[in-house]
Amino acid sequence: MDTTKPAKPVPHPTPLSAPYWDGARQGKLMLQRCAACGKTRHYPQMLCSACYSTQVKWIEASQRGTIHSWTITHHAFHPAFADELPYTLVTVDLEEGVRALGRYNSTQLLKLGLPVRLRFENDAHGTPGLIVEPEV
Amino acid sequence: MSLKDKAALTGVGETAYVKGTPKTGPELQFEASLKAIADAGLTPRDIDGIIPIGITGNTAEEFIMNFGIDDLRLSAIIPHGGASGVASLQTAAAAIATGVCKHVLIAFGRNVTSGARAGQRIHTMPQFHLVTEFEYPLGAISPAQLYAPMARRHMELYGTTSLQFGEVAVTCRQHALLNDNAVMKKPMTIEDHQNSRMITDPFRLMDCSLENDGGVAFVVSAAERAPDMKQHPVYLSGVAVGHPDSPSSITQRPDMTRIGIAKAAARAFAMAGVTHADIDVAEIYDCFTYIVICQLEDMGFCAKGEGGAFIEGGRLRLGGELPVNTHGGLLSQGHLWGLNHVVELVRQLRGEAGRAQVKNATTGLVTGYGDQGDGSIAIMRRG
Ligand SMILES: [Zn+2]
Repeated sequence: MDTTKPAKPVPHPTPLSAPYWDGARQGKLMLQRCAACGKTRHYPQMLCSACYSTQVKWIEASQRGTIHSWTITHHAFHPAFADELPYTLVTVDLEEGVRALGRYNSTQLLKLGLPVRLRFENDAHGTPGLIVEPEV
Repeated sequence: MSLKDKAALTGVGETAYVKGTPKTGPELQFEASLKAIADAGLTPRDIDGIIPIGITGNTAEEFIMNFGIDDLRLSAIIPHGGASGVASLQTAAAAIATGVCKHVLIAFGRNVTSGARAGQRIHTMPQFHLVTEFEYPLGAISPAQLYAPMARRHMELYGTTSLQFGEVAVTCRQHALLNDNAVMKKPMTIEDHQNSRMITDPFRLMDCSLENDGGVAFVVSAAERAPDMKQHPVYLSGVAVGHPDSPSSITQRPDMTRIGIAKAAARAFAMAGVTHADIDVAEIYDCFTYIVICQLEDMGFCAKGEGGAFIEGGRLRLGGELPVNTHGGLLSQGHLWGLNHVVELVRQLRGEAGRAQVKNATTGLVTGYGDQGDGSIAIMRRG
């Protein structure tokens, strides 16, 4: 690893979110599903807002969805991302009814509702990040 | 019981708004506070409630020690970013209406040009922890990148344009040129806006607010005392706070184009007993141009999706139907977490707004927007 390059921010998993990151390292997008009432929620949180249960069953998402919105970043807000500009952050409506944020990896023009697939890719620090590409 | 007309804005104070000063945030906050207290015709010892805004100034305890206050009856922290200043008016009015306090000081001060910029700051704040854990590592660093998808979705759904964002920016700049205490001093055209570099699409540089140093403060007093005080009274007729759905994650928000003020605005208008047509002047939180358009919709000045067309034709400019950000706003006067918007509304309703004075302004509103969409609104009237 190039030690002269500024370090990227890394996630600090909590007991609540650890299963998400464990899944991500295996390429799986894991979501919390309430074990009491079945409601899917994301990002991870303590209670089910429908029934207040703390009991969770983690499910593996299909990693398919559609584009909800996006931004194309041209400004280096953080030096560790300067050599990646411009990059596109996309908000994706997942089939499971929650959303995910990822990096768009395509030259295909973005539009609302564009069908996409998501996969994890490790960055230079080994942090898994979501890559989003149009369905082919 | 309602908070309608229970409290009055009796004193306002501002330091110079600048980029670069040897003064620290706490020093700027004290300087503005002393000005606001003097403006109200009070002494620092008369203050019996303090709401320090943000985390760059003094604690209530520092105010007690430095102002020699012997019986502070209320201190509160309102942690809603740019919504905090206006939201704190609700807390102050509640404390006054219930007899806890007579004179509450609300004050802000910061020196940011010598410290970390906004993009790095939010990741130390607990209300951004989901962004910090799940989005920051992907390169979602700054508030601009969190709000840009809200604006982009609005554009895609409703046909809102960058030119309409530009109209907001140009309006604020025109007004800032009338204000001696504004950071930005050069005119801006719509072409300047369109030619400014893209920061994070759809936000260009001139869609983004300033980063600068300064202090700002105001005193909220019991309404029955206001007529005998130094300044012409300005009464707080309506005030409300609202949080958006999914307040800590815009990504997960069911409707990305609807923010907290959508829940607060109807409450504030009902409390004040006024309609939109009664609003002579509006100081609207403008961290980004799009946020002004979104709030106009969410407050009900027009329907969702019609905000872009609503602001066209100079409607927000002085002389227009709804003059907005007559001081220049965060976009061109200075970024003081919107407490400068409160000061400007008070000046407008006192008739002390100088070259930017809206003729016969008797009723106005001010809004706050913070963190990821917390909203606050206050409606005030000239006594
Ligand atoms: Zn449940």
